Amino acid sequence: MNWLTDYVKPRLSKVIRKRESPDNLWHKCKACGQMIFHRDFVAAQKVCANCGHHDRVGPKERFEALFDEGIHQKVDLPTVKDDPLKFRDTKRYTDRMKDARNKSGDTDAIQVAKGKIGGVESVIAVQNFFFMGGSMGMAVGEAIVRAAEEAIALKAPLIMVTAAGGARMQEGILSLMQMPRTTVAVDMVKEAGLPYIVILTDPTTGGVTASYAMLGDVHIAEPGALIGFAGPRVIEQTIREKLPDGFQRSEYLLEHGMVDMVVHRHELRGALRRVISLLMEKHRPVFHQAAQ
Amino acid sequence: MITFLDFEKPIAELEGKIRDLRKLSGGDSSMDLSDEVDRLQSKRDRLLGEAYAGLSPWQKTQVARHPERPHFSDIVAHLFTDFTPLAGDRSFGEDQALMGGLARFNGRSVLVMGNEKGTDTPSRIKHNFGMSRPEGYRKAVRLMDLADRFGLPVLTFVDTPGAYPGIGAEERGQSEAIAKSTERCLRLGVPVVATIVGEGGSGGAVALAAGNRVLMFEHAIYSVISPEGCASILWRTSDKAKDAATALKITAQDLVKLGVADGIIPEPLGGAHREPKRALDALGEAVQDALSEMDGIPADRLRQLRRERFLAIGRL
Repeated sequence: MNWLTDYVKPRLSKVIRKRESPDNLWHKCKACGQMIFHRDFVAAQKVCANCGHHDRVGPKERFEALFDEGIHQKVDLPTVKDDPLKFRDTKRYTDRMKDARNKSGDTDAIQVAKGKIGGVESVIAVQNFFFMGGSMGMAVGEAIVRAAEEAIALKAPLIMVTAAGGARMQEGILSLMQMPRTTVAVDMVKEAGLPYIVILTDPTTGGVTASYAMLGDVHIAEPGALIGFAGPRVIEQTIREKLPDGFQRSEYLLEHGMVDMVVHRHELRGALRRVISLLMEKHRPVFHQAAQ
Repeated sequence: MITFLDFEKPIAELEGKIRDLRKLSGGDSSMDLSDEVDRLQSKRDRLLGEAYAGLSPWQKTQVARHPERPHFSDIVAHLFTDFTPLAGDRSFGEDQALMGGLARFNGRSVLVMGNEKGTDTPSRIKHNFGMSRPEGYRKAVRLMDLADRFGLPVLTFVDTPGAYPGIGAEERGQSEAIAKSTERCLRLGVPVVATIVGEGGSGGAVALAAGNRVLMFEHAIYSVISPEGCASILWRTSDKAKDAATALKITAQDLVKLGVADGIIPEPLGGAHREPKRALDALGEAVQDALSEMDGIPADRLRQLRRERFLAIGRL
């Protein structure tokens, strides 16, 4: 033994451990800066106990929070061609994809699952902002088409939880084509007489907002979510003015008639159950018996 | 005199020389410069042909945005009769960036709509440089309702940098307006032929381009984001717009390969702005051909075919 192993090593690991512990144990609220015990924060579905700020959550948490008892079954999603344009900016698109896949363990920015909501068989699609900003390319578009088909086959409502900066530029025009493609998907659900409910979460902008995110039978937004067509920076650059406080936030959209309700994450399951139950009345066996 | 683009400098110089020589010979009958003029003229045609045969995606972007490129009003004046413009969304206002109305196309009653960029400063301001606010898309929905009710084919001509990014536009639901216009277009029980005339800028273009047939002028572009916008986000500098234009695959030739566009309308030598009449004649023929292909197809089938067309794009 020498001073390196006896003295330096423990000191070093102490320093490293010190750095690790707050990250793992504590969460600092992005809005108010309050330190929250991480386990409590997760138990609260990542809503700050102090200021109520809704932090971003992924598909897994959404499925667990929205389906009855969290029980759900994943829907297999179609494979799409990787990097259809052979796109390269400062980095290859294939490398960006590799990074995103390694980090998330997922293939793309969306997941679809089926299960019951208030006892009603339902399909939920959730965009994953942590995967390349939730951006919409071929994979997301195909998943939405698949989700729509699944909902129609099950005679189930389709619930879309949006979170995306917009279209995925690296797929060029093919990402833009997801606007009409997803619109077709949503229209098929509506044509089948089934509810299409959109839950808008932070952030939902660009081509996503200008297609399936704004075509819901009912629009529910989480508090404080950024929702808009053009990004705030683009607008500021165009008009060269500061934007008003709360601009493009959920509450602003409610005030301007673009969403039906702003619902706290803890109330989301209840609101969804109620809406689904009310809209699915004609699909209930009791109703048919009574009508006959 | 036409506006020359930066890559057209040698052509501009030649045309200047030709003009000077013509002036000289015109003033003095003893000087016959017609041989020299002919020689320069054929050199000019050759240069122009070469330049336009090998336009880079960025150069095509410049041509697509050329200020003298035929616009919606030129198209209507050249190809339609009895044009009856219709105005307003019936809920907030009238958007002059998106124009439309009833008209006759080769004798047949149709609904025609398109983006108008304007031709000089006052008209560009009036038409907001072809960038619509929600009222424009809501007017489009209203006109499509009308077309559906009366069984009129819908012909759209897209030429927009994109939907307008402004406070008022967001306040009044720009995204919802675009989404509803795309949805309405996809639901139509009448033939829809969409042509990208110049710039097909993102969602603002899609709102009018969800057609049974999507045609593009030879030097038109259609993109998810402008090359400048893409460069400033992905390269962090708008100086890389040329690279972004190439990477994004925005040309008519690329889009036909990708199955996004169905056909390319050839432009005269040196682009549509050099001989607008010939360009518009070709446009008229292409639109007529596309319409004729859909003759007699019932409403439900038209809708179904349109859905299938879009669902097939990009699939393995």
